[in-house]
Amino acid sequence: MAIEDDVAVVGGGIAGMTAALAAAREGATVRVISHKDSTLRSASGLVDVLGYPPRSGGSSGDSDASESPAGDAGPLADPFEAIPDLPEDHPYTAVGLEGVRAALSLFDEAVDGYRGGHTDRNALVPTHGGTVKPTARYPASVAPGLASDPRETLLVGFETVTDFDAPLAADHLRAAGVPFEVRGVTVRFPGAFRADARVTRLADALDADERLEAGDDPSGVSTSLPARGALAAVVKPRLGDAERVGFPAVLGRHETPSIRADLEAELGAAVFEVPTGPPSLPGMRLEGALRGACRDAGVRFTTGDPVAGYETGADGEIAALRVERNGAAIPFHAESVVLATGGLVGKGVDSDRESVREPVFDCHVPHPADRYEWFDDDAFGDHAFARFGVATDGDLRPLDARGDPEHANLRAAGGVLGGYDFAAEKSGAGVSLATGRAAGRAAARQVSDS
Amino acid sequence: MTDTEVVVVGGGSTGCGVARDLAMRGLDVTLVEKGNLTHGTTGRMHGLLHSGGRYAVSDQSSARECIAENRVLREIAGHCVEMTGGQFVQLEGDPDEYFEEKLAGCRECGIPAEVLTGQQARAEEPYLTDDVKRSIRVPDGAVDPFRLCVANAASAERHGARIETHAEVVDVLADGDDVFGVQVRHDSGPGKREHARTGERERITAEYVVNATGAWAGQIGELAGVDVAVRPSKGAMVVMNCRQVDTVVNRCRPKGDADIVVPHETTAILGTTDVEVEDPEDYSEERWEVDLMIDELSALVPILREARTVRSFWGVRPLYEPPGTGTRDPTDITRDYFLLDHAERDDLSGFASIVGGKFTTYRLMAEEIADHVCAELGVSASCRTADEPLPGSEDFTVLREYMDEFGLRSPVGRRSVQRLGSRADEVLSTDGPNPVLCDCEAVTRAEVRDAIDQSGTDLNAVRIRTRASMGNCQGGLCCHRMAAELHPEYGEPQARAALDELFEERWKGERHALWGEQLSQAALTYALHATTMNRDRDPADGASVEYAAFDAGGADGD
Repeated sequence: MAIEDDVAVVGGGIAGMTAALAAAREGATVRVISHKDSTLRSASGLVDVLGYPPRSGGSSGDSDASESPAGDAGPLADPFEAIPDLPEDHPYTAVGLEGVRAALSLFDEAVDGYRGGHTDRNALVPTHGGTVKPTARYPASVAPGLASDPRETLLVGFETVTDFDAPLAADHLRAAGVPFEVRGVTVRFPGAFRADARVTRLADALDADERLEAGDDPSGVSTSLPARGALAAVVKPRLGDAERVGFPAVLGRHETPSIRADLEAELGAAVFEVPTGPPSLPGMRLEGALRGACRDAGVRFTTGDPVAGYETGADGEIAALRVERNGAAIPFHAESVVLATGGLVGKGVDSDRESVREPVFDCHVPHPADRYEWFDDDAFGDHAFARFGVATDGDLRPLDARGDPEHANLRAAGGVLGGYDFAAEKSGAGVSLATGRAAGRAAARQVSDS
Repeated sequence: MTDTEVVVVGGGSTGCGVARDLAMRGLDVTLVEKGNLTHGTTGRMHGLLHSGGRYAVSDQSSARECIAENRVLREIAGHCVEMTGGQFVQLEGDPDEYFEEKLAGCRECGIPAEVLTGQQARAEEPYLTDDVKRSIRVPDGAVDPFRLCVANAASAERHGARIETHAEVVDVLADGDDVFGVQVRHDSGPGKREHARTGERERITAEYVVNATGAWAGQIGELAGVDVAVRPSKGAMVVMNCRQVDTVVNRCRPKGDADIVVPHETTAILGTTDVEVEDPEDYSEERWEVDLMIDELSALVPILREARTVRSFWGVRPLYEPPGTGTRDPTDITRDYFLLDHAERDDLSGFASIVGGKFTTYRLMAEEIADHVCAELGVSASCRTADEPLPGSEDFTVLREYMDEFGLRSPVGRRSVQRLGSRADEVLSTDGPNPVLCDCEAVTRAEVRDAIDQSGTDLNAVRIRTRASMGNCQGGLCCHRMAAELHPEYGEPQARAALDELFEERWKGERHALWGEQLSQAALTYALHATTMNRDRDPADGASVEYAAFDAGGADGD
């Protein structure tokens, strides 16, 4: 039997799942086709909207030196104020301020356990590198740690969780001028874990509240304690006057609220997480939450197989995607398609020594001809590569080299879009949500119109 | 009384070799280097331990020295050397006469050489092209120049030498026609490098000064008022993400660019070009050089065309030829070394320069200089550097179960012990848990801390000692972990400055590999450091933040 959906979404990250959710809510039948793990595993789980104005460098291919070197422009307290002034080719310009707001409303309503919707203001979240970063929405587990909250803070690191050095982060936060007292300690995670145990293993132990060896008590008798209590017992003697305690983000895959509640009850202090690099539990939790929201809305998922090509109808519209499975190309028919395969990191944008391309539909990706103009000589300079991606019309349809839509029923969302540097701006999840929602709605409406 | 008997200027293989040799002969030696050890040419070569085969036609005396020193280094520096073996590969169409000359030359120089048929060559090195006609197998190897150089410096220190890195010579002290020392500017210190610590100048008087600065020898010569006409020549090297070959693969034809692939640790290194430059520190690093390596060498090993590179780097050869020789093409300049006795040459006593030469014969060069210095100073001790193993290569077997002993998983334990050699016990026996900090190269915390003990806050010095941050991710996942190990011994601002410096150094080479997988990797690194950590807009580096203007959390709590 032929596989037929109204809307097919290629890519299962924030943008793809948001597009799917938005399309499903418009009444379309929707399928997400994703090949590999999304980059959410590497993402912090914070939902940045706009933390800094874009550099003056502007559009992809402009290799002029940046006029605003990193570091001297402060973070934006209100991201929404800055959105209307963004350049023409920024993805937010296509969806408009209202599009961004509507996408955040959709997110707030569909995903449990996030905070920040009570205000337009950005929050400053302590990072595992010891800086603070501006973001618009943050997991509840991160909320008590905000840098504008003046409560005295203890950061707790673990000897074997090497991405977060708590004493160093505490000193760094102090250098960043945070308005609270902060100390850091390094402790051994309770139990007999190997030195190279992944953070996911520690999270599993906390999820299940496994009984862990707590070491020898003074009488020499070996005891074991449930993981959460054991962890609290290690931290408690170091608490001092701290009113909140921050851990690297290892507090469970699924049971984070109850883990935090148990730790808070034992410690008598608020407990929060500091987001870390891959594997990122907050990123994985966000992926799970979005997937749950999609499933609740009736979205179907086809995972593990790549889209290797597509078929077009007589009108040049995409008629079907060819999904490669066990050596065969299986057609997935759809009326409308959303491309949400990510940027360079997610491999929705690919390159070789000569050129940059979008590998699924071979959409045009503007870029300088000489690859030595793709980067800046400073590691945090104004990199052209950071803005690589497809250019679109106001309806998020990718444009070919002449400026015409590649296909009338193909839209793009998230990292595959060009014209913005999400890392410098801190706008990654926000652009994915806003363009994902807009592309999904437009795709569904195109189906209902036809 | 002078501060020291001999000042050696230059912390590359030659300088460290000279320092070790003299110290072992009982002299009081001070070595000064303006950057890290290996900062100049030593740290920027492809890591080939020559069999001598490359010079067997053009320069047989160099070839004989190479095979002799090749054998010596296998004995004294076993933990720095991997005897991969090598081949000189003739493709269909490459000249037969040259192949025969190469073979005869190897045999004349005492280099073991065996002819392989095309089929045998490919059986040994399966990724060689189908176009292989035949090859000559020779005992080429791979050597870690960082480890070797550091081991020489460590040995010198054990014999009482003082090693000062980040100590640039700003003047050569002379009294009329006699050199009696140098003035150096310490970046920080003296002592181990420490970011944010104020440096100072120091006069170091000595009975003799050795200029072992290679491509920089002209600059030091100028400070002493003598002309040392080094002709620096740059060469590009491209680092691959894995070992596409397990033996050294040389193209068997007369000199040419891009004719060698050296397996090196977890990588393969493609080399090289030969272009004369004005300034050993300021020259262009160009796209055509990278493309040439890949395009030319994929004729030899076709999978290189689509393979991933992780970075490129350039080194400058310290070529020298006696005044009046007038060779035009740098590829024609001799690879031989020259000891310039400035007393004889320029009527300036107490000062000599060593120029030219190559890495494989560093020890022999050092021996000749040390002999000269001893003669000048009336010391009659003889050289022992060919007989005494370097620290790390002492009596040692790797048969023990290091993995279990140190709680390391087997590939990690094996890599650690390969790098540390006989120092494994000393370094890996730690109290706390010893997690891996650099996943790509399997470098543990204990190794990083050991390197910090040696070199202070300089994370590039830690990198060359451990290989941490030299793998596929080019430090994206581990730079900050390495920096964290500096704290609390060193302060947070120092750890931050050290991290920024390492991060920029990694980026410098990775820029030349930005397409395909490595561009994706670089974009991930950029995202992790800029987005997740916000290191590009660190408020600790920039303007103060008005914290009260931001969300302090909702009234709803959780």
